[in-house]
Amino acid sequence: MLANLGFAVLVITLLVSIYGIAAALYGARTRREAWVLSARQAMLLTWPLVTLSALCLVALLVTNHFEVEFVYSVTSRSMPGYLKSTALWGGQAGSLLFWSWLMAAFASAAGLRRWDRDREFLPWVVVVALVTLAFFLSLIILFENPFARLWAAPAGETVKAMFAPSGAVLVTPGDGQGLNPLLRHPGMIIHPPMLYLGFVSFVIPYAFGMAALITRRTDDRWIRVTRRWTLVAWLFLSMGLVLGGRWAYDVLGWGGYWGWDPVEIAAFMPWLTGTAFLHSVMIQEKRGMLKHWNMVLVILTYCLVIFGTFLTRSGVLSSVHAFAQSAIGPAFFGFIGLSFAASLALLLSRWNDLRGENQLTSLLSRESLFLLNNLLFVSILVACFWGVIFPLISELFTGQKVTVGPPFYQSTTGPMFAGLLLLMGIAPLAAWGRTAGRSLGRLIIWPLGASLLVPLGLGLSGTHNPAALLGFWLAAFVTSVTLSEFWRGALARRRINKEALPVALWNLAGRNRRRYGGYIIHLGVVLMAIGIIGSEFYQQETQGTLAEGQQITLGKYVMTYDSLAEFNAPDDRLVARAVTTVYRDGQKVAELYPRRDYYYTSQQPMTIPGVYSSLEGDFYVLLVGWEPIGSSGATFKIYLNPLINFLWGGSLVFILGTLVAAWPDRERTRAAARVPASALVSQSK
Amino acid sequence: MSDTPASPPPSPPARNFGRLLLWGGLAALLALVGFGLYRTQAGPVSSGPAPDFTLTTFDGGTIRLGDLKGQVVVVNFWASWCKPCEEEAATLEAGWQKYRDQGVSFLGVDYVDTEPEARAYLERFGITYPNGPDLGTRISQAFRIRGVPETYFVDRQGTLVRVKIGPIEMNELQSILDPLVKP
Amino acid sequence: MTHHRPSTLPRVALILFILGIGLASVIYSPASPARAQEPTPSDDQVNVVAKQLYCPVCENVPLDVCPTQACAQWRQTIREKLTAGWSEQEIKNYFVEQYGARVLAAPPARGLSLLVYLLPPLAFVVGAYIVYRAVRTWRRAARPMASLPPAAEDDYTRRIEDELQRRE
Repeated sequence: MLANLGFAVLVITLLVSIYGIAAALYGARTRREAWVLSARQAMLLTWPLVTLSALCLVALLVTNHFEVEFVYSVTSRSMPGYLKSTALWGGQAGSLLFWSWLMAAFASAAGLRRWDRDREFLPWVVVVALVTLAFFLSLIILFENPFARLWAAPAGETVKAMFAPSGAVLVTPGDGQGLNPLLRHPGMIIHPPMLYLGFVSFVIPYAFGMAALITRRTDDRWIRVTRRWTLVAWLFLSMGLVLGGRWAYDVLGWGGYWGWDPVEIAAFMPWLTGTAFLHSVMIQEKRGMLKHWNMVLVILTYCLVIFGTFLTRSGVLSSVHAFAQSAIGPAFFGFIGLSFAASLALLLSRWNDLRGENQLTSLLSRESLFLLNNLLFVSILVACFWGVIFPLISELFTGQKVTVGPPFYQSTTGPMFAGLLLLMGIAPLAAWGRTAGRSLGRLIIWPLGASLLVPLGLGLSGTHNPAALLGFWLAAFVTSVTLSEFWRGALARRRINKEALPVALWNLAGRNRRRYGGYIIHLGVVLMAIGIIGSEFYQQETQGTLAEGQQITLGKYVMTYDSLAEFNAPDDRLVARAVTTVYRDGQKVAELYPRRDYYYTSQQPMTIPGVYSSLEGDFYVLLVGWEPIGSSGATFKIYLNPLINFLWGGSLVFILGTLVAAWPDRERTRAAARVPASALVSQSK
Repeated sequence: MSDTPASPPPSPPARNFGRLLLWGGLAALLALVGFGLYRTQAGPVSSGPAPDFTLTTFDGGTIRLGDLKGQVVVVNFWASWCKPCEEEAATLEAGWQKYRDQGVSFLGVDYVDTEPEARAYLERFGITYPNGPDLGTRISQAFRIRGVPETYFVDRQGTLVRVKIGPIEMNELQSILDPLVKP
Repeated sequence: MTHHRPSTLPRVALILFILGIGLASVIYSPASPARAQEPTPSDDQVNVVAKQLYCPVCENVPLDVCPTQACAQWRQTIREKLTAGWSEQEIKNYFVEQYGARVLAAPPARGLSLLVYLLPPLAFVVGAYIVYRAVRTWRRAARPMASLPPAAEDDYTRRIEDELQRRE
């Protein structure tokens, strides 16, 4: 009953979406407001509908309705309740429904904003949002239906279908297969939602961009309207990526957090264009330049989101992350072809409308440096994209399958990331418009000098890897520049307002949230860079088989294998849990419990590491699951990951910075009332 | 700031070339992805002329599929680390013994395996028909296999007529081979 | 036999005897490094090679962390080859010959695969050229307006900038 309800509601939602698209198009064509408003209502209606459908599915999951094939494939009786409900996104069909739910949510949020000023955008935003929603809904209804049930056909085989095939009888298995053990982790609960949030929320800036193109309102209004959307979307996407890394680190058992796997890269690419877009829109807002380029970037971001979703779900790429191969591939391919072509055609047809006031007074101005920033981001994007599709090219032209893996990505993108770090240090000191080389030089000299002490110190204390030294120097440089910006601003405030320093800092950031929030984000990035440099360049590892009582050494650490316990856990798994003690320079620092879980139903093992974390790094122990585990001998794999906690800590600073940057300004109402001069000008053209 | 001449519009040929480049690039990308998708959706090779290959056996000899025209050929993909393959090993050897005088050849292709373990596997199941490693995974790629075990049946004219995914049982083997050996 | 010359024979014998013992001790010395036995490669030594290879069967999993039996067999192969004295490069070549170029973490820079490494730097250079051209055009456009002040900013920010400039 619930399954039928859930499915029916989805079909209704699809019809409502189609109505909304048609009404919006008609209203825009004939300039009849009533139709456009009706389309908006339809858009608002989709969210409660999809919520209802999703709740039906969650109810089915939580109440063990194993006759529903999706429930059978991702849950089992022994799973705890919270895991059963989050298994919603544990399989292809459910995660498509979840995606649609988020899309409907964001479409509605866009529909609920104040539309008094930008009425001409409304029909087109509705069309773009609903077309995307309708596409995903039709994927679910036609190809990957989470409400389909299992039937025993007269011939004897089991069939999966929504409605009973003739003569077939409903099959209700006694227990489900259960969620893949790798997915039974807190990371699984947050990472996909966060990532999908990032993907889906980028649809809205794209929708406004398309609306701007169609209505020829190509001033920066569409950018100002979507400024916070873009920032929040970007935050979600960034956090989704970081959480994915954290989850891999905690659970996948290879001591790392980013493997340059094609699916990881597919999610990373929209982040690259999104970050470039975030910076480049500032140029359009301040100087009216780069209108074409900003449109290109937002179109690329949307296309990469769709493309990335396609790559992950269609099985075209070989990856550890990929969903099982599915029939949605061709449908997705069609959608990609249409949306890419439509966006390109629209952009080219409105090319001349995007003419801006393109003037550059100084090579060292912030505009120039932002151009360089964009160049670097796009180059990294090209390298990543090329690496992802090259195996296909190789197979097509030579029949030879190849793997394009970490060595390629590291050597290609490493220097470019270093370049970005360098820019993060110089650009804050450059002003918009005119910047004399001399004044920039004067501003740089102190941070530059101070930061050089860092590689010097490191070099003297034994660190000799040139790339790492360069990386640490850049991190120190960016930190000193950014902190000096805060310092100078606060001092200036003190002079004007006679405030105490902490108050000055607070008000400084408060009055110019975007700029200083951005600086905090940069500091977060620097911390993350430190974590990445430490763990990538200086990781140590060792592996050895120990009997109880024996010990193994790695660097300054010694670990002894104390004992082993084997027992059955309530949720249907066999646990082999080792007790180990870790000593550093002879002192005991931790007791760790690496374990191997074996899930009976799915017959899959999972290894959970024992980790001792400190600022210096992680001591990370794994019980090697494919070797015998016993008291007389167990194999341990140990990683030493220096500075890795800077990565996770840095991401927290990152979030803080984005919140500061995105927080609504008190002066927002005043600013909104002032129409920017550039907008007036391009309208009068 | 308002009417300053921005960069002069590019001359039509340049712009047209740019547009051509963009559309061409999009078309190429779609073609490439379409190809990838087609490869994913297409299952193993299941009809038409069987892909030709040369197998270097563990005994040192070489056998080329094309040279076996006139014979019915059973090509079996296996590996020593593949548990289901063990289920059909005895069946295949028995099939070989039964049909070898009727103009049927059995070829075993060892898929991404290590030689000592492969030899041990062959010895364990007493397999006497020719077996060899799939060097560079060329043969398995030509047949687009998805895993092991998979068995491909080629008739006397060199056409691929049947594919069996998974371990094969004796009655199934017979039901496929009997019609093929008749003429 | 009235001369009683000291016999050289015992002297020679003694010298030979000492030499003989010395020689024997050199040959059979247990502490001699030149004759120590090669230990079986440790897990770490196997992993150094395995880390650079990818599992031919699993999707995108490096060989040192792959849990399947097939991968365990391949690591054993690496161990055997290391014991036999093969170099890292020889082992990698062997794997490529057996299982195809897919096992390497990055394609060898030959033939079509050369394009993998050429394209990204090329794209960067092309991009840099485009940026250079754009910047030049925009600077030319700006020259008549060289004294253009920055776009109207927040009043407050401008005051801060002025204050900061005053402090330079």
